[in-house]
Amino acid sequence: MWEALDILTQANFWAATIRIATPLIFGVLGALLCERAGVLNLGIEGIFVAGAMSGWLAVYLGLPLWGGVAVAAGVGAAFGLLHGVLTVPLGLSQHVTGIGVTLLATSMAYFGYRVAFPNVATPPRIEAFAPLDVPLIGDLPFIGPILAQQTGFTVLAFACVGVLAFVLARTPLGLALRAVGDNPEAVEAQGLSVVALRIGAVMAGSALMALGGAFLTLSAFNAFYFGMINGRGWVCIALTVFASWRPGKALLGALLFGALDAYQLRIQTIAGGVVPSQIFLMLPYIFSIAALVLVARRADYPRALMKPYFKGQR
Amino acid sequence: MIRFVPRARTPVWLSVAVSIGAGLAALALTAIPLALTGAPVFTAFALMAQGAAGSGFALAETLTRATPLIFTGLAAAVAFRAKLWNIGAEGQLYAGALATVALGAGLIEAPPYVLVPLVLIGAALAGAVLLLVPVLFKTRFGADEVVVTLLLNFIVLLFVQMMLEGPMKDEMALGWPQSAPMLDEATLPKLVTGWRLHWGLVLAVLAAVLLHVFITRTVWGFRIRAVGENARAARYAGLPVGKAMALVGLISGGLAGLAGASEVAGLKGYLTADLSPGFGYAGIVVATLANLSPLGVIPAALFVAGVFVGADSMSRAIGVSNYLADLVVAFALLSVLVGGLLTRFRIVFVRRGTA
Repeated sequence: MWEALDILTQANFWAATIRIATPLIFGVLGALLCERAGVLNLGIEGIFVAGAMSGWLAVYLGLPLWGGVAVAAGVGAAFGLLHGVLTVPLGLSQHVTGIGVTLLATSMAYFGYRVAFPNVATPPRIEAFAPLDVPLIGDLPFIGPILAQQTGFTVLAFACVGVLAFVLARTPLGLALRAVGDNPEAVEAQGLSVVALRIGAVMAGSALMALGGAFLTLSAFNAFYFGMINGRGWVCIALTVFASWRPGKALLGALLFGALDAYQLRIQTIAGGVVPSQIFLMLPYIFSIAALVLVARRADYPRALMKPYFKGQR
Repeated sequence: MIRFVPRARTPVWLSVAVSIGAGLAALALTAIPLALTGAPVFTAFALMAQGAAGSGFALAETLTRATPLIFTGLAAAVAFRAKLWNIGAEGQLYAGALATVALGAGLIEAPPYVLVPLVLIGAALAGAVLLLVPVLFKTRFGADEVVVTLLLNFIVLLFVQMMLEGPMKDEMALGWPQSAPMLDEATLPKLVTGWRLHWGLVLAVLAAVLLHVFITRTVWGFRIRAVGENARAARYAGLPVGKAMALVGLISGGLAGLAGASEVAGLKGYLTADLSPGFGYAGIVVATLANLSPLGVIPAALFVAGVFVGADSMSRAIGVSNYLADLVVAFALLSVLVGGLLTRFRIVFVRRGTA
């Protein structure tokens, strides 16, 4: 019993919480940016895979780590452009198009990986992001060791939370983005382009999603594996509703999820003999569904979410 | 200037042409990454066609692969008709497969004419109940069914792994996590002795015909279509929207469950956690290629199955990764979506100023 509580006092547990939360922070920010502009992006799962693979491959081929991050973001934005063009001006079903983008991005990443490495027994590795070694912070009691284990990539995630919150809440661009997801007619009346705003938001959001994937191959691990995303993208879609489309709450939701995941990994080693490990592995998914069902009634969906807009048509 | 003018009705030949065109466009688009790898493009496609339909054996293999895809394609088609976004056919397939081995691997002993229907009904119920949960979450709490069905896929697969490593593990399988084998009385017979093709294909085609009749010729079929076209109008007209949704959920989940039963009872004979290489997700592509028509699901499933079987054979011959098949299928889905604009709209070119 005490062992189960003792986990919460370990610095390693909190460090793992932040590490598990980081890709989800990127993913939820990306999803909420798309949805705030009125576009559901179910391409997220595949964009995670494509970001993980392309960022890693770029570094493997000789780019610096931050170059790999930029490549992943570019690949994500490209898939965002595809999703945006198909769903915004063409007004195709956002559900089915998103699944299509996921299938396409995933199969491109897997095919590309198999072409680059036809028969490797163990996945090739890169030199991943090293923990930040900031002098004074590491010496702080308790939180020092937690923060000292994190990498620059995680810092970028936290910075993105702040930037996105500021842009959405305090800038004319943010106002236009929110309006295009709530009331596109009003945006059109302002003389702004609904199509450009929505496609731009989906591209930026998809770039953020790809960063979530790239974090896994460039910082959390140092190689690309098939099936390494394993539903993380879908979890982000659930967490976005839970976060009621706010960057601050997105951070909270991702950290909560990270803590739960880190906790189940550790409790497995204590209770593993009695309870099958799969029960613990199910917990994050069950938690996501529970979070979604609990807030669904009160959820304040962007009012024009999934409603295609055609100029001059009511 | 280009304008989209909605069509009142779509000629059947146009829908068929769009689906075939999308299939061809997918192959053309796939040729680009294929050429980038330096592989001989035409040889690769020729080998794929040969591997999918070049001999009686190849054709039988394609039909075998199409069997679960018809079931999952129908599951997606009926759900999407009602705008119930069931992305959980993969999980429902595994739930059906689990029910199949639970009932058919020794629990009950009975002659085939009792046991086979029992196993099929059990599998369909398992899939149906699994989808009923997200449908109730949607109608009762307003929770988005896309996310719930997607996440349930992962939960069900973990549950299957747990059962196969625990209570349902076959002790005779030398430590390998798999279920006990199906009884002979619970097995779907082969269609041709010596080949893998089995009676599941007949059931799948029968299911497609029945679903077609149900959707186009019955009151509840009409209600389901009405709910899908415009749920608010249907509610205003006094249609029981909640009940129609629940019925769609039962049918869709049941069909996906039958895909699992057919694979276990017809093909594999026991259950492992790698039973399905994504048949549930591919069903979405099949349904979309078929323009959500139950009868169209049959040729669409044959196309997708042919791509996968052909790519496997091509991959063995010239060493190009068989992930190429997933690329073709993904391109086919996106192409048919874009092509769908042609079936829903007439595209009219108007000079500026005249409109």
